Amino acid sequence: MNNQDTVQVTMTVNGRTRVEQVEPRLLLAHFLRDHLGLTGTHIGCDTSQCGACTVLLDGQAVKSCTVLAVQADHQAVTTVEGLGQRGGLHPVQQAFWDKHGLQCGFCTPGVMMTAVGLLQQNPTPTSEEIREGLDGVICRCTGYETIVRAVAEAAAVMAGEAGPSAAAANE
Amino acid sequence: MSKLVGTPVKRREDARLITGHGNFTDDVRLPGQAYAEILRSPHAHARILSIDTTAAQAMPGVVKVYTGQDLAGRVGTVPTAWIPPASDLKQVPHAVLAVETVRYVGDGVAMVVADDPYIARDALDRIVVEYQTLPAVTDQREAMAEGAPQLHADAPGNVALHWTVGNDTDEVFAQAEVVVRQEFRQQRLIPNPMEPRAATAQYLSATDELTVWLTTQNPHIHRLLLSGILGIPEHRLRVIAVDVGGGFGSKIACYPDEVLVAYAARDLNRPVKWTEDRREHFMATTHGRDHYEEVELAGSRDGVLQGIRVKSYANMGAYLSTAGPGVPTILFGLIVNGAYRMPVASSEVFGVFTNTTPTDAYRGAGRPEATYIIERMVDLFAQTIGQDPLEVRRRNLLRADEFPYTNPFGLAYDSGNYHAALDQALTMVDYPAFRQEQAALRAQGQYVGIGFSTYVEMCGLGPSQVAGAVGFQGGLWESATVRVHPSGKVQVFTGASPHGQGEETTFSQLVADQLGIPIDDVDIVHGDTARVAMGWGTYGSRTMVVGGAAISTAVDRVIEKARRIAAHMLEVSPEDVVFEDGVFHPEGVLDRQATFAEVTIQAYLAWNLPQGVEPSLEASAYYDPTNFTYPFGTHIAQVSVDADTGEVRVTKYVAVDDCGPVVNPMIVEGQVHGGIVQGIGQALYEGAVYDDDGQLVTGSFMDYTMPRARFFPQIETAHTVTPSPHNPIGVKGVGETGTIASTPAVVNAVMDALSGFGIQHLDMPLTPEKVWRAMQQVQDEQ
Ligand code: FES
Ligand code: FES
Repeated sequence: MNNQDTVQVTMTVNGRTRVEQVEPRLLLAHFLRDHLGLTGTHIGCDTSQCGACTVLLDGQAVKSCTVLAVQADHQAVTTVEGLGQRGGLHPVQQAFWDKHGLQCGFCTPGVMMTAVGLLQQNPTPTSEEIREGLDGVICRCTGYETIVRAVAEAAAVMAGEAGPSAAAANE
Repeated sequence: MSKLVGTPVKRREDARLITGHGNFTDDVRLPGQAYAEILRSPHAHARILSIDTTAAQAMPGVVKVYTGQDLAGRVGTVPTAWIPPASDLKQVPHAVLAVETVRYVGDGVAMVVADDPYIARDALDRIVVEYQTLPAVTDQREAMAEGAPQLHADAPGNVALHWTVGNDTDEVFAQAEVVVRQEFRQQRLIPNPMEPRAATAQYLSATDELTVWLTTQNPHIHRLLLSGILGIPEHRLRVIAVDVGGGFGSKIACYPDEVLVAYAARDLNRPVKWTEDRREHFMATTHGRDHYEEVELAGSRDGVLQGIRVKSYANMGAYLSTAGPGVPTILFGLIVNGAYRMPVASSEVFGVFTNTTPTDAYRGAGRPEATYIIERMVDLFAQTIGQDPLEVRRRNLLRADEFPYTNPFGLAYDSGNYHAALDQALTMVDYPAFRQEQAALRAQGQYVGIGFSTYVEMCGLGPSQVAGAVGFQGGLWESATVRVHPSGKVQVFTGASPHGQGEETTFSQLVADQLGIPIDDVDIVHGDTARVAMGWGTYGSRTMVVGGAAISTAVDRVIEKARRIAAHMLEVSPEDVVFEDGVFHPEGVLDRQATFAEVTIQAYLAWNLPQGVEPSLEASAYYDPTNFTYPFGTHIAQVSVDADTGEVRVTKYVAVDDCGPVVNPMIVEGQVHGGIVQGIGQALYEGAVYDDDGQLVTGSFMDYTMPRARFFPQIETAHTVTPSPHNPIGVKGVGETGTIASTPAVVNAVMDALSGFGIQHLDMPLTPEKVWRAMQQVQDEQ
C-alpha cells in the first residue's frame, strides 16, 4: 500500500468504530473484506449487477462494490456478520435457513441484506413484490423460489405473525 | 429404522453461510500474501511479437512479472483428460501463458504479482505487448470450411475430433413413411456461478509442501493434474476446497491461471492469491453448449418412432479443456433417442477448434443438448403427422415393463416408469381446458402455448472400466472413510466435493439412519486432499449416487466389525446378533444388548476383542458403480407470448421428476428449482455472442442476461419414485434434471404458442426481438 496517497476513514461497522488509512479509490467492499477481514460480504461482479456485496449503509441497503470507502466516512455499516450470529439470528437469516433460501451460499449475504432493505420499505410484500424487490440480485443456484419463500416467511415473523414452527426453529 | 432419510432436515451448511462465516477461496488470508493479476489477450488470434514488462516490473509494490517465455520449460502445458476412443483427437498443448500465439480473447499473456491487488491491476496497464493480429474464426462450421484461419498446425481444418457411434440407419430411413429434418443451434452459455474462480497458494520451503486453496469441484483431480504440470510430487501437494460458491461444471477443469498461482507461490516462496473478476470469468472460464445439430427423425404416419440420426458440430474453443471432449460426444451422442423406444440411431460429432474460450461441462453437459433435440423433434414429428405431441409421447415412451432397456447405443436404462411421471404431471395441469382456452385466446389475438419434456438422462457414470472404455482419463468410483471416534462420534471422509448441493446434510442423514445415532453425532469431511483419500469429486449428478453408495458401503463395514465385537460382548455368535436403532442384541432377545457407543469404546480399548479382530472402528469403501443411473420425468411449461413485443412469459411450470428415493425433499426441490431456472435461462435469456473479430460481445452481466427472480412464476414440483437397481441406495441423481428437462419444455411451449403462425422452429434464446421478428415476418408475408 502506498502510504502517501491514503486518507483516514472512520466508520462504525457492526457497531464497532473503525479508523483506517485507505486509498481514496478503495471500494467499500474491499475495505470490509481486506482491511477489516469481514469476508462475509462477497463480490460477484464488476458491473454492480449481482448484489452479492450488499450491506446496510446508515440503514439503507447499498451495493458496497459501488461505494468508495471514503464515501462511507462517518457512517454506519452493517454487514452480514452484524446482522445476527448463532443464538441471535435476524429473522431473515432464520427464514433463509428454515426455507432453504440458499445452496452454495455465495450470493446469500447480499441477498439477505437486500431482503432486509426490502422489508424495511415494504414490511408486507406479496410474492410478486418480493420478486421485483430482488431484481438487483443474482442467485445462480436456487432458482429464487425458496428465496421468495424465505423473504415471505421473514416478513411474517417480523410482523409478529410467526407460526410456532418459525419461532421454535430459532437456534 | 429409517428416520431421517426422506425428511426435510435443515441444512447444517447454512449456519456458517448465513452468518458470514463461509470460507470461500478468496476469504483465505495468509500472512504476507501477494496478489496476482493476469494480463489477457485482447485479440482472438494474434502472434505475440514482443512483451515489454520493464515498466510494470519497476513499479513500487510489484513483486514479479511472468511471461510465457519465462515459464517455458519450467511449467508443463495443460492437457485434456477426456480422449474419446476412435475420435482422432488432437492433443494440442495449452501453455499456461501464451508464448508465440494467442488464440482467444482471454488467453493468458502475462502475470503480475504485487503486494497489493490494486497495484497488481495497475501494473497490467504498464505491460506493453506488441501483437500481429491474425484472422480469427469463432463459428465451428466456418472454422471447418476451406480457407478458414487455422488454429493449430496439428489440427488440419480445425477438426479437434471426429467421433461416430450407433447403428446402420440407412434402411430404416429409406423405408420410413415420415422423415422429419431440422437443424438446431444450441447457443453458447456462460456458467456464471456467483463465486468467481480463485486460487490461493502457499509454499512452505522448510517442508517442501505446496498448498493450494482452490475453487474446484474435484480437488483430487486438480492435485493430480497440478502435480503433473508443475512437476511437484503428489504427496507434497495439497488442494483444499472449503466452501465453493457453485460450479455448474465450470470448476471441473484445470486452468492455466491456477497453475500459475501455484507456480508463483513456490517460485517467490510467498503466498499468492488470485481471484478472477466477473469480466475475466466471462472470457477465461470455460463455456458450455455451443453446438449445431442436423437431425433426422424417422417414423410411421400413425406415430411410431423408428430412428434418429444426428450430425453435430461442437465448438471446443481454442484448446481442449479438461473434460471438454467428452461432453459433446459420450455425454451427448449416446442418449439422443431420449426416453423413447427407437430401433436405430446414430450420432456423428465433429469437435472443432475456434478462436473462442474453451468449452467444457455446463450443468447437464451433453445431456441437455441431446434432450433438447429429441424433445423438439418429437414435437415436430407430431406436428408433421398431425397428432397431439402428448399422444406421440404416450405411444413411444418406454413402458415400465420394458426395463432394463438397451438403447440403440448399448446403454442399459436401469428402471423407469415414464408413463407414471407423465400421468402425474398431467394431474397438475388441465390440458384439455388449456387447449380450449388457447383456441379462445388465439381468436382474440393472444398467444399461449404448452410444452412437454418427457426426458431421461444419465448420471453416476461408471464403472471405471466403462470410464476407460469411453476415454475418460480417470476412474469414476468414489471413496469414503467412516471413522468412529472412541466416544461413538462419527466422521465421514468423502472424495466427493459438494459445493452447494447440501451433502454435508444428506450424507449425514444416511449415516445417522444407518448407524441409528443422532445426526449431530455425524460430521462430513470433504474438499481437502490431505484429509480425504483419493476421490473423483462432484459433477454429473454423481455425488449421492456414487459418493453416497460409497459411504453406505463403508458404514455397512463398520457395522459388520462392530457386530463381531458386540457378539463377543454378548457371548453369542455374530450371525445371531441384530443391529437396530443403534443397538446390538441377540435375535429376539432385547434385554441383553450393547449400544453402538458401548461397542465403539470396546473397539478402542481393545482389552477383550474377539480373535482376529483388530482394534479401532473405522472402514473405507471405494465404490465403483455397476452401471449408470437414469433419472427421468415429465416437465410441462405454459407460456404466453406478447404479440406486440414478442416477450415470452412462463406462466406455469410443473416438474415431476424421478430420481429414485428422495433423501431430503427440501434439498431435492431446491436442486430441481435451480436447474429449471438455469435451463429456462438457455431457452429464453442467455447466450454468448462473439463478433466477427472474436470479441465476446456479451462479456458482462450488462450484456448477458442472467435469470432473475421476477422472470419466473412459482415452480410446482412432484416426484415419482422408481429406485435404481444400479446402486445400493437406489438413488438416480437430481442435480441436473431440471436443466436438462426445462429447456425443451419451454421452447416447445413457445413453438406451440406460435403454431398458428406456421413457424416450425426458432433457435434459442427466444428473446423478445427474435420472437417478434419471426411473428412480424409471417404477418408481412401474409
Ligand atoms: S459485487 Fe456488487 S453488485 Fe456484484
Ligand atoms: S445460493 Fe449459490 S448463488 Fe445463490
